[in-house]
Amino acid sequence: MTVTRTQTGDKEIVFNTRGITKVYQMGEVEVHALRGIDLELYGGEFVVLLGASGSGKSTLLNILGGLDVPTSGTVHYADHDLSTFRESVLTRYRREHVGFVFQFYNLIPSLTARENVALVTEISTNPLPPDEALKMVNLGDRADHFPAQMSGGEQQRVAIARAIAKRPDVLLCDEPTGALDIKTGIVVLEALARVNRELGTTTVVITHNVAIADMADRVIRLSDGRISGIEINSRKKLPAELSW
Amino acid sequence: MRALNHKLWRDLWHLRGQSMAIIAVMASGVACYLMFMSTLDSLLLSRDLYYNDNRFADIFVPIKRAPEAVARRLARIDGVDKVDTRVMAPLSIDIEGFHEPVVGTVTSIPDDGEALLNRLYLRAGRTIEAGRNDEIIISEAFAEAHDFRPGDSLHVIINGKRKRLRIVGTGGSPEFVHQLRPGGMFPDYERYGILWMGRTALSNAFDMQGAFNYAVLTLTRDANEQAVIDSIDDILKPYGGIGAFAREYQPSHRFLAQELEQLENLSGLFPIIFLGVAAFLLNVVVTRLVGTQREQIAALKAFGYSNLTVALHYLQMIMLIVLAGVLLGIIAGTWLGVMLSEIYVEYFRLPFLHFEMQPLRVIQSGLITFIAGLLGTLAAVRAAVRLKPAEAMRPESPAAYRTSFIEEIGLKHLLSAPSRMILRNLGHKPVKSLLTVLGIALAVGMLMTGRFQGDTINYMMDLHYGLSQRDDLAVGFVEPTTRSALTELQSLQGVEYGEPLRTVPARLRFEHREYRVYISAFEPGATIKRLVDSDLNIVELPRDGIVLNEYLAEEILGIKTGELLTVEILEGSMPIRRVPVAALIRQDLGVGAYMDLEALNRLMQEGDLISGAYLYIDDRYAQEIYQHLKERPRIVGSVIRTQEIESFHRTMDETMLFWTFVATLFSVVIAVGVVYNSARMTLTERSRELASLRVLGYTRGEISYILLGELALLTLAAMPPGLWFGRALCGYIATSIGNEMYRVPLVLEPATYAFAALVVLVAAAVSALLVRRRLDKLDLIEVLKTRE
Ligand SMILES: Nc1ncnc2c1ncn2[C@@H]1O[C@H](COP(=O)(O)OP(=O)(O)O)[C@@H](O)[C@H]1O
Ligand SMILES: [Mg+2]
Repeated sequence: MTVTRTQTGDKEIVFNTRGITKVYQMGEVEVHALRGIDLELYGGEFVVLLGASGSGKSTLLNILGGLDVPTSGTVHYADHDLSTFRESVLTRYRREHVGFVFQFYNLIPSLTARENVALVTEISTNPLPPDEALKMVNLGDRADHFPAQMSGGEQQRVAIARAIAKRPDVLLCDEPTGALDIKTGIVVLEALARVNRELGTTTVVITHNVAIADMADRVIRLSDGRISGIEINSRKKLPAELSW
Repeated sequence: MRALNHKLWRDLWHLRGQSMAIIAVMASGVACYLMFMSTLDSLLLSRDLYYNDNRFADIFVPIKRAPEAVARRLARIDGVDKVDTRVMAPLSIDIEGFHEPVVGTVTSIPDDGEALLNRLYLRAGRTIEAGRNDEIIISEAFAEAHDFRPGDSLHVIINGKRKRLRIVGTGGSPEFVHQLRPGGMFPDYERYGILWMGRTALSNAFDMQGAFNYAVLTLTRDANEQAVIDSIDDILKPYGGIGAFAREYQPSHRFLAQELEQLENLSGLFPIIFLGVAAFLLNVVVTRLVGTQREQIAALKAFGYSNLTVALHYLQMIMLIVLAGVLLGIIAGTWLGVMLSEIYVEYFRLPFLHFEMQPLRVIQSGLITFIAGLLGTLAAVRAAVRLKPAEAMRPESPAAYRTSFIEEIGLKHLLSAPSRMILRNLGHKPVKSLLTVLGIALAVGMLMTGRFQGDTINYMMDLHYGLSQRDDLAVGFVEPTTRSALTELQSLQGVEYGEPLRTVPARLRFEHREYRVYISAFEPGATIKRLVDSDLNIVELPRDGIVLNEYLAEEILGIKTGELLTVEILEGSMPIRRVPVAALIRQDLGVGAYMDLEALNRLMQEGDLISGAYLYIDDRYAQEIYQHLKERPRIVGSVIRTQEIESFHRTMDETMLFWTFVATLFSVVIAVGVVYNSARMTLTERSRELASLRVLGYTRGEISYILLGELALLTLAAMPPGLWFGRALCGYIATSIGNEMYRVPLVLEPATYAFAALVVLVAAAVSALLVRRRLDKLDLIEVLKTRE
């Protein structure tokens, strides 16, 4: 699959959303999770999505990742239309282009670290070898361990290795450090930064931790289902420099 | 506690699919038990009512001929209550339009009023008018077979004389519930009839005026049965008494008793299987429920609910499921019980069914099911009670997994990650996996029992009639006669070949055991009638000694080859001799004692006589041959082999079909119950994993593989033990239902194995598909929000 890239200055647009809304029907009540989002994301950039709990961050990320579809508006990833309701199209999109990292890791307990990664490499066309992906997150020596034998931070790094092993075009992370303490959180963020730097993967990280915003190229703020501000960091901090 | 009750009903509603599967399995167990028990109870009750109403005798006394006055001497024996005498006679029956030979037994009834004992049960028509010598009553079964109605008539040949008789009624008597021709294998209502005639008329026809040749009597409550029998034998010796016998040996009663005993033997087996499976399923579901509700339980306790309340909460739920299972089981069991009872009443030819479902049985089944339910869930409920609130608030740490055995032996690289997941999931809960395999295996095994009867009966028939009893037609003479009778038969057109035969009634004794049989004697080297050993090799008939079939020797007489058997002939000069047992043979149908014709005649001291013949005939001349035989007054009976086989199938087919139906139905319930539950369990346990995989880009088909692959593996793994178990189960059935009428060899056709495997595979596939549909509705986003 070749991705035609639209040039805008020196950056190419990978995601393009126009007026997307998401309404959840809760019986009589309508919950407006997104109220019209227009957004472009560029190739290779590291974006942090900031916002209070309930502001719609996860909803937006899920739509970008093809896990959910908007109620109205359009989402394009390159030339893929992600507003489609066709489950098989979305599955193929996820399979070919997206890597996910979640707050609660979502590893398969019955598989070792290497096998959790292999779960993804087995269904992709040009993956990293699982061991190499684990080395990228500094877990080369824990490949044969089961999730139960690892700490939370290690489990999250396995999840990152699993997400990047297929060489995804985008890496979507929903509160990847949410369940971790500061020290382990930094190790995980370093892994993300390294992947972004070395593989050039477009990375979107959701957090409610303002400090993390300093390591992003761009920071997008959401509140009440709308974009309330976009900042461009002139200098990205390294994860180790973040003040928590 | 209202809130807790709401939770109870919601939980049940949430688990409705699984609860229903468990209820179905439980209900099957209860239904199976109640079906057998109510049938057994109802048959016993109906039989006893029939026996009582019609005054079934306790002692049966066949003799040659005794003056009526002797009856008074019998009545004076200590312990004898009532005595009734009658005349019984064999006869040939000629039915217009029916070419095959028909024989029968006619019994006298008093000219005026009812018999004292073994009274007639009148189904249609009326009883015989006093003084009429051309009226008869015939058995209901015989009437049905020929569509006879009161007013029809038939011809009989009795004592060599042909008579036309008018049917005035149809009915039966407790002594002929099971109507088997003497020496016959199976009831054949078309070719063997039971008739009743006025005493005077029959005495005149059979030259028994002022005499009787059969007495029946009842005992007082405190009578010594054996002492009475001995006294009777002493009194009747001069009149050609051939030995009185107790009800226990009365052929019809004995058949009923043995068949009922078999039913009882089997009644416990299947319910136990069901309750075991139900207990296991309940265990799985409740354990999982308590597992997923850890935090809820902890919260309840934190709010101040007591351990007892928590335990009662789960127990209530279990009891509701059990209660539903029991109620459904009672309904289904009653329905099936009525059906099975009706089939058996027809099969046994009892005149009426008095169906009853004893409250005791219902209580028994309920109690057993409750206990099984409790045993199955005790551990899970205890876990809920033991749970410490503080502990439960923390999430459960991820489960520890290991690499599977198959991977350790070096096949790891052959397996994809999903395949490894399947193997490790199975290995993670080995007990549950094993029990699931066991449950499915039980279903496979049960299915095999449904077809086992058919397989083995076909085999027995093939063996008996193909290897051993190969005549087209067996002819019996009224009295022993010379060999010229055979020559005469052979000269008939269409008779291809014949072999002589002599049968004599005898009492065999060894140590304190005794048994009455017909000894069959034929010539060594005979090819129509042959004997086979347990390896199905043809056994050469020894020149001396007696040959017994294994069942008669081992189970009834307890005698071994080489030991001396006391043979009391009950015919002619009634010689008593000690004869060595020369060999044992295999004979699955009936019992048999065989001798060389010459040796038997030496023993009888009657010269070279025969009493019948086995014939090969040309089918094209069958009608003429039958007609010819009918016209010979010296021929009393002929048996056509194919008809004998057919009549057997007629008697057995309905019970067999019913059992196949019930076994298949119940096995499918088990298979679906186990597989569906297992699939649902796996789905709840794995939904998070499976949703994660979907997020990673796995398709629905690919994640189905993980879930259904696990089930498929379990189902396939259950096949070998299931088929093995089925064989063992059939083996158990075979050994527990053997009796004097037949021994059941363990024969299972390949088709039966295939049938059992196929039905379970289909049932498993259907249950899996039901669950597969739920996979399509997995909520991908929900799973990402929550921790495990
Ligand atoms: N499945 C759902 N059904 C109903 N409302 C939902 C659902 N998912 C999210 N919401 C609502 O949508 C809004 C945005 O949710 P979300 O995107 O998860 O916020 P964030 O990730 O920023 O905390 C919230 O008000 C939330 O309650
Ligand atoms: Mg969120």
